[in-house]
Amino acid sequence: MFQNKDTYTFLLDGKTIPFTEEQTIIQAAMAAGEYIPHLCFNPEFKPHGSCKICTVSANGRQTASCTQQPQAGMVVESNTPQINGERLALLQMLFVEGNHFCPSCEKSGDCQLQATAYEMNMMSSHFDHFFPDRPVDASHPEYLLDFNRCILCSLCVRASSDVDGKDVFSLAGRGIKTRLIVNAESGRLADTNFSGDDKAAHVCPVGVIIKKRVGFAVPIGQRSFDEHPISFTPHPALKDN
Amino acid sequence: MLSHMHKHAEYLDPILSRYQYNAHHLLQILREAQEYYGYIHADAIDYMAQQLQLARSQIEGVASFYSLLYLQPQGEYRVLFSDNITDRMLGNMQLMESMCKELWVEAGKVSEDGLVSINTTSCTGMCDQGPAILVNNIVINQLTKERVSAICELIREHIPLSDWPPEFFAIEDHICKKDILLDSNFKAGSALAKSLRHSALETLQEIKTSKLRGRGGAGFSTASKWEFCRSATGEQHYVVCNADEGEPGTFKDRVLLTSYADMVFEGMTICAHVIGAKKGFLYLRGEYRYLLDHLQAVLHHRRQQSQLGNNILGHAGFNFDIEIHLGAGAYICGEESALIESLEGKRGTPRNRPPFPVTSGYLNQPTVVNNVETFACASLIGLHGGAWYANIGTDTSAGTKILSVSGDCVRPGLYEYPFGVTVAQVLADCGAQNTQAVQISGPSGICVAANEFDRRIGFDDLPTAGAFMVFDYSRDMFEVARNFVHFFKHESCGFCTPCRVGTSLLANMMDKLAQGHGSPYDFAEIEKLNVLLLSTSHCGLGHSACNPVLDTIAKFRPAYDKQLIHKEFIPAFDLDYDLSQARQMTGRDDAGAHLERTNVSK
Ligand SMILES: Cc1cc2nc3c(=O)[nH]c(=O)nc-3n(C[C@H](O)[C@H](O)[C@H](O)COP(=O)(O)O)c2cc1C
Ligand code: SF4
Ligand code: SF4
Repeated sequence: MFQNKDTYTFLLDGKTIPFTEEQTIIQAAMAAGEYIPHLCFNPEFKPHGSCKICTVSANGRQTASCTQQPQAGMVVESNTPQINGERLALLQMLFVEGNHFCPSCEKSGDCQLQATAYEMNMMSSHFDHFFPDRPVDASHPEYLLDFNRCILCSLCVRASSDVDGKDVFSLAGRGIKTRLIVNAESGRLADTNFSGDDKAAHVCPVGVIIKKRVGFAVPIGQRSFDEHPISFTPHPALKDN
Repeated sequence: MLSHMHKHAEYLDPILSRYQYNAHHLLQILREAQEYYGYIHADAIDYMAQQLQLARSQIEGVASFYSLLYLQPQGEYRVLFSDNITDRMLGNMQLMESMCKELWVEAGKVSEDGLVSINTTSCTGMCDQGPAILVNNIVINQLTKERVSAICELIREHIPLSDWPPEFFAIEDHICKKDILLDSNFKAGSALAKSLRHSALETLQEIKTSKLRGRGGAGFSTASKWEFCRSATGEQHYVVCNADEGEPGTFKDRVLLTSYADMVFEGMTICAHVIGAKKGFLYLRGEYRYLLDHLQAVLHHRRQQSQLGNNILGHAGFNFDIEIHLGAGAYICGEESALIESLEGKRGTPRNRPPFPVTSGYLNQPTVVNNVETFACASLIGLHGGAWYANIGTDTSAGTKILSVSGDCVRPGLYEYPFGVTVAQVLADCGAQNTQAVQISGPSGICVAANEFDRRIGFDDLPTAGAFMVFDYSRDMFEVARNFVHFFKHESCGFCTPCRVGTSLLANMMDKLAQGHGSPYDFAEIEKLNVLLLSTSHCGLGHSACNPVLDTIAKFRPAYDKQLIHKEFIPAFDLDYDLSQARQMTGRDDAGAHLERTNVSK
C-alpha cells in the first residue's frame, strides 16, 4: 500500500496524495497543493473541526478532513456534487446566522467566507436570515470589531491564547447564542491588552477584526480573491498580512 | 489588588482553597460562588481570574455555557419550570402563567423589586411526578394550582427556602416493576468482596462473559471499554460515572442514586480494580443537586467500611476514592467527551475523536465513562457471575433494562424488564390506554406508533437509554415534535455550524408550521436538513436533532397536514405575524391590532 516507512499515500478525488503520520487529510492535501474548502482551519494552527466546511467522504464515511487522520490507501472524495452541496448549505447557514453585507464590507475580496461561497456557486442565502443584534466595538484606537460577521471559528481565540499568550478573546454563551467576547469587564477591546502586533489581529478569515483608517486601501476588484478564486490562492495566513 | 474585589475575597477564598486554586475545578467553584448572590458578580470573576490565573473572559465563557449559572442578577427566588413535553401535558404552562400573574413578573425577567425571576428549563427528570420546578436549583414536584399559590405566598413573605413545607420537596421513587437489579436487596460491599477474591483479569472476564452493554444509549460492550482502558498507558486511570441524565423523559438514574447508590459506587470500584484507577468521579446533573448530601453520606459510609480509600477491604495496594462533580444545566455534558471537558472545568464542548476517552480522557489520561445503570449492573455481575447474567434477556441484549415510564398512563415510574419485552407489554403494565405513540429513549430516540407496539426493547430493535413517554390519542404529535426540536435548539453546544444553526432553523420551521405558515415544501427542507446534520454534525446531538420531526412526519402526517394552510406555495412573509412584536410591546391583541388574515404573498 505504501512506498516507504515514512510516506504513505491516500487518494483524494482520484489523485495520489502522500502523507506523514502527523498530518490530517487537509494538511496532507494542502501540502500537495490540493484545495479542500475550509474556514476554521488555518495551516498555522492545530485543527479545530467546528465549521465542518472541510467535510469529505473518507472510505465512504463523512468526516471533517481537518481533524481526520488519513490511512494508507484511503479513498477520499471531496469535490463531488453531493459534498459541495452540503458545503453550500453550511455556508448559507453561516451567512444567515450573522449579518453579512458584503458590498459594504472592508474585507470584501479578502474574505474567505465570501470567496468560499463563490467557489461553491452560492447564489442566495436560501434560509431565512436571523438578523442578530450584534453591536460593533469601535473602542480601540487602531482596531474595530464588527461582530456581525463573526463565524465563531475561534481562530482569534486560538491565536491570542496559543501564540500571543494573552487570551484576549473567548467564546461565550451556548448554542445559537454563542458569541465572541473580549477579556474586559466592560466588554470593550480598548480595555484589553490587545495590540495590532498580536497574531490574533491577523487571523480572522472574515471581516470582524479590522484595522482602522486603512479601509479600502486596496480597491475592491484587486483583492486576493478578486484575482484568483480561493481554490487557486495560497492560504492568506501563509502570506504576510 | 482592587478594593472592589475585596468583599468577594471573603466568601471566595474558602471556596478557592477547598479546591486548591485548581482551575480544573472551575465549574464547581462557580457553582458554589453563585450561592452568595444568586448570580456570579463581575468583580467576583475578576477575583477568581486573578486567583486561578485565568483570563476573566475564559471564566465568563465557562459560566455563560451552563444554564444554571448566571452572570446577571436574578430574583432572590429563581423559579424554573421544567419544560419537557410531559410537564406540558400536565399543564406547566398554565401554572407558570398563573405564578407570573400572582407575582407580577414576566417570564424570562426579574421582578422589579428583585424578589423573583421565573423561566423555563429543560426536563428536570421528574416526568413521573410533574409538573416540576426548580427553586434556587432545588426541585419541587407535583405542582398544582394550590401549590403554586402557596409558593407565591412563601415568596412574597420572603420565607427562606429551608423553612418551606418539607412535603414540597418530597420526591418519590415510584418503582413499579422490579427484576434482578431493583429487587436485588444488595448488601454494600458484597460484590466487591467477591470480586476481590479474583484477579482483575478474572473480573474482566466475568464482565465479558456477561455480555453487558452500556446502558447510556449507545450499547457499547462494557468489557471492551474496560479492556481498552486497562491496556492504555497513562500516569493515572480514571473511572467516571455519567449521571448527567439529561435526556428528556429519563429518570431511572435519579432513582438508582437515591435508593441503590451503593450498587453504583460499588460498580465503579470494581471497574477501578479492573483498570487500575485510583480516582473516580460521579458527574451529577445540576438538577439533582438535592441528592448531593445523601450521596456524600453514602460515600462517607463506604470509606468507613473500607469499601473506598486505601487498601480497600484489606486488599493491599488497592486504593480508590470517588469525588462528586455537579453539572450546571447542560444536556450536552452527558456526551462523554463533553462531560470530561466539563469535569476539567471547561465549556462542555465535545472533543474531536479519536482519541477516545479510554485512551485519552480526563486530563488526557485513560478513562472509562459508563452510565449509572451500567455500573449497577457490574455490581450484580460481580456478585452472581457473568454466565448467570448472560442468561437473562436476549442473545444480543443480555440482562435487564430499567425504563422510566411517563406520560399518559395510570402508573408512571420505573419498570425493570429483561431485554426483549414488547412495547405493548409495558403499556399494559403501566395502565396506558388509547395509546397513540410512545417516544422511546427520549427526543433523540425513536417514536413508535400503535402498529409497532409489538416491537421489542433491545439493542437490535428498540435501543433505549430508558425514556418511555406515552402519548394517547388526545395528544398532538406535531406539538410533541415541536417541543423536542426546541429542546435540541436550546441544548446545542454551538460548536459546529450544522447543529448550531440547523437546530435553530428547524425550530423556526416548526414554529412557522405551528403558526400556519408552512407548506409541503418545508417537509423537503426538513429532510435536507436531516441529511446535512447526520453527515456533518460533530456529535450525537446534531445527528439526532431531526429524528423527532422525521419520525412524526412519517407516522403522524395528519398532525402536520392540519398545520398546512398553504398546500402548494411558500408564503414569502406574513405582515400580520411581523406585527406580533409590536402587539406584544403595546400589550394589544384586539382585532384592530391585527391585519386581516390574507395571503400577502399571493
Ligand atoms: C448528546 C448526548 C447526551 C448524552 N447523555 C448521556 C447521559 O445523560 N447519560 C449517559 O449515561 N450517557 C449519555 N450519553 C452517552 C455517552 O456519550 C456515553 O456513551 C455513555 O455515558 C457511555 O456509558 P455506557 O457505555 O455505560 O452506556 C449521551 C450522548 C450524547 C451524544
Ligand atoms: S472574530 Fe474572526 S477569527 Fe475570531 S472567531 Fe470570529 S470569525 Fe473567527
Ligand atoms: S452537534 Fe451540536 S452539540 Fe454536538 S458539537 Fe455540534 S453544535 Fe455541539
